[in-house]
Amino acid sequence: MKFKCPECDGDIEAKEVIEGEILSCPDCGAELEVAKDKKGNFELKVAESEGEDWGE
Amino acid sequence: MAQTLSLLYDRVRVEEKEIINAAQKKGVELRPIDAKELHLKITDLNKDEIFGDVAIERCVSHFRGLYITSILENKGVTVINPFSVAALCGDKLLCSMKLAKAGIPTPKTIVAFTKEEAMKVLEEEMGYPAVIKPVFGSWGRLIAPLKDRETAQALLEDREEMGNPLYQIYYIQEMVERPPRDIRTVVVGDQIAASIYRYSAPDDWRTNIARGGKAEVCNLTEDLRALILKAAEVVGTGVLGVDAMETKEGIVIHEVNSTVEFKGAMSVSEVDIPGMIIDYALEKARK
Repeated sequence: MKFKCPECDGDIEAKEVIEGEILSCPDCGAELEVAKDKKGNFELKVAESEGEDWGE
Repeated sequence: MAQTLSLLYDRVRVEEKEIINAAQKKGVELRPIDAKELHLKITDLNKDEIFGDVAIERCVSHFRGLYITSILENKGVTVINPFSVAALCGDKLLCSMKLAKAGIPTPKTIVAFTKEEAMKVLEEEMGYPAVIKPVFGSWGRLIAPLKDRETAQALLEDREEMGNPLYQIYYIQEMVERPPRDIRTVVVGDQIAASIYRYSAPDDWRTNIARGGKAEVCNLTEDLRALILKAAEVVGTGVLGVDAMETKEGIVIHEVNSTVEFKGAMSVSEVDIPGMIIDYALEKARK
C-alpha cells in the first residue's frame, strides 16, 4: 500500500496495515496513525503526541 | 449465544495487534474501538451493546482508559481490568501501600508534599542515592536517581516548577541495589503467563523495554511464583505486569502494572499471551 506523508508529502510504503496502527515516515520521522476515510479507504493522519500519563 | 468482546485502544501497538489476531484465530468476535473517536453519555446507564460482554481496555493514556472503564462498568459492561485495579496500579503511591499492607516485600518508600520536606526525607531518613518517581505515568518517564544533595535540590526545584499538581507529590524510594535487570511477569487472572528479565539499555539505568531494555526468559522459583501471584491478587486480579527486583535481602516487588505491555515477554517466550488474554476475557463473559 502506498501513502503520502501528511507532514512532508514523502512516499510511504506499507505492507499490511490495520486501523489505529502507527507508522513513521522514513523521510521526516513523523508518527502517523492509520485511519479510514469516509469511503473506508486507509489514510494517514498525524498521530496524537505522547501525553504525561502514557504508558502502563 | 456466543460471547462478544471489544478492545478499547488509542494506539494499536504490537500488543493490541496480537490481541486482535488472537481473537481472529479463535473465531471470537472482538470489536476494536478507537477511544479517540468515542463519546459516552454518562447519565444514561443502559448497557451499550457495541462493547460486547467484556471490554478489554488497552488505552496508552492512563486517565483516558481509567475513565472509560468507570463509565462502562457503570453501564454494566465487564471491563478488563476493572476500574479498581486500573486505578490502584496507575498510582504508584496507592500501589506501594497496598503491597506493603499485604506483607509483600516492596522497596522502602517515603512520601512528602513539599520540596522542603522532600529534602528533609533525603537528608535525614533515606540518604543517597535514592529514587524519585511521579505517582502516575510510566515508561520510566521522570523517574530520576538522586545521587547527592546537589542533584536532589536541582531536581526538586524543577519538579516544583511543573504545572501538574501531581508532581508535587514527592514519592521517594530507596535505591535498591540490584543487578542491571529486573523481572517482569505477565499475570493473566490467577495464572503466570510469562516471566522475563529486563536488562537496562547500555545508556540507561532503567530497565523499561520502552527505554530500549532487552528481554531474556526468566525461570521463576516456586517461592517467587507464589509471591508474584499474591501481588496480582492483592491489587485485585486481572491482566497485569508484576515487576520484581533481586536484592541482597531477597526479592522485592516494586510495581504492578495494569494495561501491561508484553512485547518483550512475547519476543522471548513461547507462550501465547494474547490467546490467554482472550480466553480470560471469554471466561469473564461467561460469568
